[in-house]
Amino acid sequence: MVPRPWRVVRVRRETHDTKTLELEPTEPLSFPFQPGQFNMLYVFGIGEVPISISGDPQEPHRLVHTVRAVGAVTRALCSLKRGDVVGVRGPFGSAWPVEEAEGHDVVIVAGGIGLAPLRPALHHVLANRGKYGNVVLLYGARTPRDLLYRKELERWRGRFDLQVEVTVDSAGEGWYGHVGVVTTLIPRADFDPAETVAWVCGPEIMMRFTVQALRERGVSPEDVYISMERNMKCAVGFCGHCQFGPEFVCKDGPVFRFAEIERFFRVREV
Amino acid sequence: MTAAKDLLAGHPFFRDLDERYLELIAGCGRNVKYNAGEYIFREGDVSDAFYLIRYGRVALEVHVPGRGPVVIETLNEGDVLSWSWLVPPYRKQFDARALTLVRALAFDGECILKKCEEDPRLGYELLRRFIQLVGRRLQATRMQILDVFGQGK
Repeated sequence: MVPRPWRVVRVRRETHDTKTLELEPTEPLSFPFQPGQFNMLYVFGIGEVPISISGDPQEPHRLVHTVRAVGAVTRALCSLKRGDVVGVRGPFGSAWPVEEAEGHDVVIVAGGIGLAPLRPALHHVLANRGKYGNVVLLYGARTPRDLLYRKELERWRGRFDLQVEVTVDSAGEGWYGHVGVVTTLIPRADFDPAETVAWVCGPEIMMRFTVQALRERGVSPEDVYISMERNMKCAVGFCGHCQFGPEFVCKDGPVFRFAEIERFFRVREV
Repeated sequence: MTAAKDLLAGHPFFRDLDERYLELIAGCGRNVKYNAGEYIFREGDVSDAFYLIRYGRVALEVHVPGRGPVVIETLNEGDVLSWSWLVPPYRKQFDARALTLVRALAFDGECILKKCEEDPRLGYELLRRFIQLVGRRLQATRMQILDVFGQGK
């Protein structure tokens, strides 16, 4: 429960409001985590926020977090410079079921900054590529300037064993890719619905429509996993800030099997 | 137009349509090709055709004063382009521009409407398919309007 100090070793600007921080422990420390888990990042004197781990799980000595500046703490995180120190608690929460998905096609659907918590899962799948069937990444963002990890996306697109489709909600001249919501990519993606596991992360409404489109393709809600976002404070299920029906998103989530939380998904007050 | 009929038969949009109807529709079709950057139609044009994209990508654009052309949707291989030929005022609502080389089958709206008048069953089958297309596009547009990736969402 006590934050440990980690030093910022690299800051990469992803978009106009989003940065990726690379952190190393101030003392030697291995930090194993599972794809989909999150850390509580503490900016001293300002506050603490939950941020998904977006790095490669095979590199446990370096933490990678992609942060979008939307509030006081995330703005402070985005203004950190190389050499600054932050407090880290974690890792917390459930993970994408990367081992259960072995032998299946994997469809990863990300919206906006939702690509960040899915990135470790994709790293894992690509590092163990032979254990999976078709692997598809469908990524939607607001505009071309809001796309995360552009260089990496280009590299992934160059692979012969990965289908990557990127779309934006609107674009001006100079964009030759897809325009339209991310769900429009699902009907044309190459996967076998009966043998597919889907991992989805993005704004809740986007996930709702995505699950619907996956269902229309024939993917069972039993095989769809989503990552929820709530106001997590303690991160260990004590404070109740992130309660979602009978679940605590920090402890029981953030990754849930959709079929298990579907009944709460449509309750407006939850 | 045997090739056109075969293409229609294998296309999800025309799935389960009687062979005689496929032949009637194919009889109203022709192959067209557009180079990258070329406009297939412009906003306000008389809408007298729809297209089945066989290859390439098409941008639907609206010109916003001060912002220039804004792409609101792209259509790709296998997609159906245009439904405004079916309903008054029979005018194109957007610009359609080829982003890449585009090959398509273009179907003469007047020719098809005439055949629908002669055989309302064909009209029903076509309307049933186009209304699903319109519904899907409406749903997608609603999601776009929600701007789900906007700041603070």
